[in-house]
Amino acid sequence: MAAQSITVRGLTKAFGRNIVLRGVDLDLPAGQVTVLMGANGAGKSTLVKILCGVHSADAGEVRLDGRPFAPSGPAAALRQGVVTVHQNINDGVVPDLDVASNLLLDSLADGSGLFLNRRQMRAEAERIADAVGLKIDVTRPVAGLPLADRQLVAIARAMAHRPRLLILDEPTSSLSLAEAQRLFSLIDRLRQDGVAILYISHRMSDIRRLADRIVSMRDGQVSGLFEGKPLDYSGAVRAMLGHEITEVDITIPPPGAPMFEARGLRLKPEAQPFDLVLRRNEVVALTGLVGSGKSALAEVLYGIAVPVAGDMRLDGAPYRPRRPAQAVAAGVFLAAKDRLINSVIPQFDIQQNLTLPFTARHSGPLGLIRRAAERAAAERTIAAMGVVCQGPRDGILTLSGGNQQKVVVGRWMAEASRLLILDEPFQGVDIQARRDIGRRIRESALDRATLVLCAEIDEALEVADRILVMSEHTIVGAHRNESIDLARLMAEVAGAADRTKEPA
Amino acid sequence: MTSLSPTDLAIRYGFLLLMAGMIVVFSLLKPAFLSPQSAVFILQSVAITGILALGVTATLVVDGFDLSIGAVATSAMMLSAYVMVIWEMGALTAVVLCLLMGAAVGLINGFLIVKMRVPDLLATLGMMFLLVGLQRIPTAGNSISTGMVLADGRTATGTFAPEFLMLGRHRIDFILPDLVPLSVVVLVVIAVLTWVFLELTRHGRVMYAIGSNAQAAALAGINVAGYRVLAYVISGVMASLGGILLAARLGRGDVASGNNLLLDSVAAALIGFAVLGAAKPNAFGTAVGALFVGILLQGLTMLNAPYYTQDFIKGAVLVVALVFTFALSGRSGRARR
Repeated sequence: MAAQSITVRGLTKAFGRNIVLRGVDLDLPAGQVTVLMGANGAGKSTLVKILCGVHSADAGEVRLDGRPFAPSGPAAALRQGVVTVHQNINDGVVPDLDVASNLLLDSLADGSGLFLNRRQMRAEAERIADAVGLKIDVTRPVAGLPLADRQLVAIARAMAHRPRLLILDEPTSSLSLAEAQRLFSLIDRLRQDGVAILYISHRMSDIRRLADRIVSMRDGQVSGLFEGKPLDYSGAVRAMLGHEITEVDITIPPPGAPMFEARGLRLKPEAQPFDLVLRRNEVVALTGLVGSGKSALAEVLYGIAVPVAGDMRLDGAPYRPRRPAQAVAAGVFLAAKDRLINSVIPQFDIQQNLTLPFTARHSGPLGLIRRAAERAAAERTIAAMGVVCQGPRDGILTLSGGNQQKVVVGRWMAEASRLLILDEPFQGVDIQARRDIGRRIRESALDRATLVLCAEIDEALEVADRILVMSEHTIVGAHRNESIDLARLMAEVAGAADRTKEPA
Repeated sequence: MTSLSPTDLAIRYGFLLLMAGMIVVFSLLKPAFLSPQSAVFILQSVAITGILALGVTATLVVDGFDLSIGAVATSAMMLSAYVMVIWEMGALTAVVLCLLMGAAVGLINGFLIVKMRVPDLLATLGMMFLLVGLQRIPTAGNSISTGMVLADGRTATGTFAPEFLMLGRHRIDFILPDLVPLSVVVLVVIAVLTWVFLELTRHGRVMYAIGSNAQAAALAGINVAGYRVLAYVISGVMASLGGILLAARLGRGDVASGNNLLLDSVAAALIGFAVLGAAKPNAFGTAVGALFVGILLQGLTMLNAPYYTQDFIKGAVLVVALVFTFALSGRSGRARR
């Protein structure tokens, strides 16, 4: 049995009233790759931030090689041998400096002496780069390197600290296949050297290639630990997504005529093409892991991105939007995810937020806004969505998250659409708001096609007539939402890597 | 109505009280400050900075900034003088060419910022330097006036058209004879139009949305780039209008004039944030801000304060106004993001 490098016991963390970690127990053995899976908000990133010294835990204990480990900050964690490579590669490097300075940055930052010895620096940097198999001219500026090399520089820089634990947060998300292979062989070497590795990813191909163990997290707790050969990948995904059969029972209406049709749609050059038909009076949910291509599809449908290949038709006519304005004019609306970034106008009141896309409908000659008509429209939507507020002139930020979400979703239901796309419409809302929004989506669906994107399978089951599963930027499964084979659906969410060839 | 706490009251009415207090103090120190002549002087100086400030307000609304307004105004002054004095053309031609020049500069600013992705401060700063140089090239750095000797030895015989000079000098009877300068009427009309545009039309609404969250505005199907460019065009046209009024008042293309236009009008627009606790750029606040700056300068001039003291006090007032807006009100979406 390998020595326990890191042991975590009863780790708890809350931000205000929001409890993020609820007693996490976790072992990270030396010389093994432990993959951590978890949906958005499961607590992965908080756990990582505690391990690398950004946050401190409220309760519970972390031990490193048997000794208590409670770093006062990222620098202290690094000194004790916990090295983290973040998702955003530029967090780990200083683009304007050359490779050598980057590799020696930590010793430059806390070293003594005023002047730099260039030759000595260069020799030291080459030794460090060599140790991770990075063959590169260390005098080149990092900004000029390809993404993968920058990442290796970040890792090499970290390796100078003789790490006990290496944390990699979605490291392959922006790498090509060949570049990822290089990273994997480096991870193999470190594993042999006895480094404990915590690898956070949703890419099943990466996980199959690397994992010795899989830990699934859900709602701030470890919801599953999978060890031994062969690893139960579907079980890990199931533990990560979880599901409780909800009491919502859906009556599937007879589907109408096709409203939107796509043939041979290809979202990425290396992705499989797929067909998609969305009908009137039908609510379709599209589910899949983070990065599976749901949002990429929404961007194509809404004119933010252009598909690599494929034809789209809307209500029988060719449809190829180049801008959101064209999509809206054609009757395709998108209620975007992450409302504070993509939807809410913080300086506006509820009424102004509601009418934002359709100011032209509420204005007369010279663009003068008809206040009474605007207010009436806002009050109709507030009533229909059940927004809890004092009146339409309340500031949007005075509302709770659930009511803000009702406003930015209701914005797109106030006018008739042909295709309504809702990207994570239940994000960050309480159960009551979730029910209200879901009910409103279904009862208004008669004359349009509706596509709901949601990573949580529960939400898809609550709202949809039909559930599509997306993986690796293509559609891998379709289910009518009655007596669904959940095991198969979960396997499609998780096991899509079966369909693509295993990296050599 | 909910009752307001003392802090709310201070935020809402603080700047108006400060302005009233300033008038009282100046009147006590210099009784002549309250005379109609002094009021006219204030209004006349406010007219030009106010129009420039309203233009810069349009760029502030879309979360941009235009540092080139002062240079656009002085360029328009030189251009109008060149057109009438050297080319010997009429007032209408001069006005139209100046406005077109302002619109073109705004288009270029917008293009640099939207398409070339140059940060707004840098793009308009570069444009400012460019224009300051460009406006002096045709006359080799000399001011333009009737009778000046040109590079080829001829004498410029053109004159400023009388109807052009009226814009800057004519006064309308209002209670007292010859009280209100025509330029002040222009300012009031422009201010009302800007207010209506920003507050009552969907275009203004959409521009505020862009300033508050451009990403959300784009996803709502709004042509963000187009409205950004429009804001700079509005700013450029307003600045050239300010330059026309300046030329009409001076009656010559004076290379030494207009140095304070940028500071005064930016101060007016930013002071406008604090008026009535708006905490955002707004036309009414900008107009009050311009009046505030005008009163301050007239008072200080009558107290014989030298120009550098005036600059210092203007800067100090600007800093206080910004504290009012950002620290005390704390509800500015812009400051929090």
